[in-house]
Amino acid sequence: MASDRSKYPEIQNGKAVIDLDSQKYLKIWQGPQHPGVTGNMALELTLCGDEIAECKTHVGYLHRGFEKLMERRKFIQCFPIVCRICVPEPDTNEYLYSAVVEELAGIEIPEQAKWLRMLNLEMSRLASFLMWIGGQAGAFGLGPIGQWAVTHRDYMLDLFEEISGGRIYHMYMIPGGVRNKLPEGFAGRLESTLQKIDKLLDEIEKVMFNNAVFKIRSRGLGKITADMIDRFGIVGPNARAAGVARDVRKDTPYLYYDQLDFEVITETDSDVYARARVRLREMDQSIDLIRQIMQSLPDDDHYHTQLPNVLHWRIPAGETYQRAESTRGEYGYYLVTDGSRYPRRVYVRGPSYTHAVALLEQLAVNVNIADIAGLMVSLHTYPPEIER
Amino acid sequence: MSLKDILSPLYVWKRALEKPYTDSHPLTDRPGAERYRGFHQNDIEKCIGCGSCEAVCQNAAIDMVPIEGIETTGSDSGLRPRIDYGRCCWCALCVDICPSHSLGMSNEYQWLDSDPEVFRFVPGIDAKTWDNVEKGYRRAEHYRLLEPTREKIPMLPFAESAKTFMEVVKGYSKEQAIKEADRCVECGLCVATCPAHMDIPRYIKAIREDDLEEALRLLYKTNPLSGVCGRICTHRCEEVCALGVNGEPIAIRWLKRYIVDQVDEKDMQRILRQEFQPSGKRVAIIGAGPGGLSAAYYLATAGHKVTIFESSPQPGGMVRYGIPEYRMPYDPLDKDIDYIRSLGVEIKTGVEIGKSIEFQKIYDQNDAIFLSVGLPRSYTLSIPGEEQPGVISGLQLLGDITRGEAPDVGRRVIVVGGGNTAMDAARSARRLGAEVKILYRRREVDMPADVEEIEEAKEEGVELVTQAIPIRIDRDEEGKLLIHWGKAKMVDQGPGKRPKPVLIEEETYAQAADTIIAAIGQSPEYGFLSEEIGNRIKFKRSKVVTDVSGQTSVAKIFAGGDIVNRTADAISAIADGHQAAKGIALFLAKQ
Repeated sequence: MASDRSKYPEIQNGKAVIDLDSQKYLKIWQGPQHPGVTGNMALELTLCGDEIAECKTHVGYLHRGFEKLMERRKFIQCFPIVCRICVPEPDTNEYLYSAVVEELAGIEIPEQAKWLRMLNLEMSRLASFLMWIGGQAGAFGLGPIGQWAVTHRDYMLDLFEEISGGRIYHMYMIPGGVRNKLPEGFAGRLESTLQKIDKLLDEIEKVMFNNAVFKIRSRGLGKITADMIDRFGIVGPNARAAGVARDVRKDTPYLYYDQLDFEVITETDSDVYARARVRLREMDQSIDLIRQIMQSLPDDDHYHTQLPNVLHWRIPAGETYQRAESTRGEYGYYLVTDGSRYPRRVYVRGPSYTHAVALLEQLAVNVNIADIAGLMVSLHTYPPEIER
Repeated sequence: MSLKDILSPLYVWKRALEKPYTDSHPLTDRPGAERYRGFHQNDIEKCIGCGSCEAVCQNAAIDMVPIEGIETTGSDSGLRPRIDYGRCCWCALCVDICPSHSLGMSNEYQWLDSDPEVFRFVPGIDAKTWDNVEKGYRRAEHYRLLEPTREKIPMLPFAESAKTFMEVVKGYSKEQAIKEADRCVECGLCVATCPAHMDIPRYIKAIREDDLEEALRLLYKTNPLSGVCGRICTHRCEEVCALGVNGEPIAIRWLKRYIVDQVDEKDMQRILRQEFQPSGKRVAIIGAGPGGLSAAYYLATAGHKVTIFESSPQPGGMVRYGIPEYRMPYDPLDKDIDYIRSLGVEIKTGVEIGKSIEFQKIYDQNDAIFLSVGLPRSYTLSIPGEEQPGVISGLQLLGDITRGEAPDVGRRVIVVGGGNTAMDAARSARRLGAEVKILYRRREVDMPADVEEIEEAKEEGVELVTQAIPIRIDRDEEGKLLIHWGKAKMVDQGPGKRPKPVLIEEETYAQAADTIIAAIGQSPEYGFLSEEIGNRIKFKRSKVVTDVSGQTSVAKIFAGGDIVNRTADAISAIADGHQAAKGIALFLAKQ
């Protein structure tokens, strides 16, 4: 960040020299339990006055060893695990795990299953963004928006509950397709929820995006410069707010995304405000995409391709990487199989890894301590996908 | 920054008067969705305790536990799933895989208790408020984790099979066998039911993994006549198969046949060959049927010198002489027998005890004797006129065909009986070119013959007349045999008993025939025993009484097969032979 560094520590060999004994600096921890951090991670902040001189990110509080657990489970038994890698948006994991398994096992899934998977992915996008916007508004003191947004997210969860039987962990996309078709009368209830959210987004536009406080605090904050994009592997809305039209759904369409009519949404300012704006517009876009999907959704009894007996299922040796666009950007699953009944290796590429660890350490320098929560939320990171 | 940016946020007040989103009472009941994956339910009556839920559970949250009051039977392990809610993740894979469709989940999701122990419970046994809740997660109709349909076994078309003694069932190809083997859930209910307790799940697994050598070794651990059983076994294992509850059971019999058929004799020697020390003891076996051959195999591999005495020209017993070639061709039978012979077992054929050699002599010359002489005598119809020429027994017809003495049965044949021998006789007569009608005294569901035997007989053009009781046989004007039979009504005999056929006096029919075949059961023949020993051996309702090791009341004599067990089929005889071989080995070790 180009700014006056005179009162900040001297940089020697690329490292800041911080002498805590000088009493010029104060070291404080934000997290792992703190309402201003996203999930269980911690920021070790060195302050000079109320500005951050240095930020070090600490992760590992949520490590449950998913990738390793999967190496000891049959292919079907991994399916209930993967959703836990991202709590607010489990469906990307469900989809990608199924997709890599299907790829290596040579399983073609029915048309309806593909549409239903897209429907779920877009619904969970919406639900995930609703949770995010609550956090983003809350971090800048706009409490009611969080309440509205989380309530509306709950309306979405009601719909997930109807489809899959679970509100948070849907476990709906299973290798071979999906576990059931939509329940009777679902389209009507979905539409009425979409209308509620549509209205909510208009109101959020008024009370948050046209709010002097939010504008002043978020504009210019946490600017991701063009040279950072590739160096830090920045994807999703964080990249799109910097004008980089990077979206897996468009770049390498999966499922039937090539049949949907949508444009990649970009902004140019690349600050917290621009990133929030991209996400707000993407919520509108998701509502539109859900409507498009409902138009094309076939209604037949083919939603699951019979698998071999899942208790003995062996997948021929091979490896594959499949990717999809989550709310945080490119999400990937790398699966290696060795012909046994267990995955040899599953590697989960979560976009939060780079955003929350390396990027945040860069962006936090010179930021006012009061804005660090808003900055962190603006990167939209979920720690479980850092520590799979 | 504009004035709008100051005023616009005031819009937030618009929602101030709205009804609050949150509930004022945290425990306000809100029913879970129709498909909610809530608390587990288990229909205890439907559940067979197969343990597929336990096998699929990724958290090891399910344990199969014995339940007081639920007995272990052939088709029920007596165990029920106990679920630990400290481990369960409510993924419902247990519901999806359940072959009996007994597991489900209610849409209830609130359960408060201060005692942590209660959250490990057996659904359906530990009474819960949600036991009878209709709503909740069920496996969707067009999504399933198990394949309910059996891989079709290639067969001769019936139009062709009715004209030839060629084997009807062709056997699985490798791909078909592996596909069929893949359906197994390895519950092991079949092992308990099989009289020989064959290790079915493991040999099916070996097929799946294309390890036929291991599969063959597993077969021979409990059954040295697998080539025979792979064709004509009564396959009670399939009746209890978990997949059979809501679909077709695994084709266990055909899979067994597949293993033996794939391995040629030379490889068999290599795979099965084992070194054994001669014990110096001699054992005689009377009867070279499945029981005798099975005992011979296990005795020979224990190092004993075994001699089998057989009255027929060739070994095999009823498998050779009582089962027609289209079901049990001679080559696979010979393959099984040749392997047993290769272990040093001597089979003396054409030896009739009492005529060629005295039983006493065998008794004196051997350290132990195993009797497995089977049931060679056919029951007669006990109706007037049955002694006439042209009235024969099913066994006689089948034996004659095997011996190559193809009898002339004429154009019209009547078979009386409803067991497998009746079906074999009828289908054989059909192959000899006759029009065949079967008369059976009870209903079709009561027939002791295998269902597929009945179906195939009908497909081949055999006519089945049920509830028909033969009354007498005489001759018509042309001098042809004429069987008179009366219609029977089924009279209920109370719960647990099968209804009894009672003749309706006024409804009688007559049917002309060239040959009438009686196939209504068989009885033993103990005339070969010396008088002294015959008196010492204990009998009960014409069956030899033995202990669990097959030992009779004469210490040196063991017995098995149809003269001992009530099921009277090949696999039971093989199991008896194995059991007796173990008993004899123990007996000889004590000498």
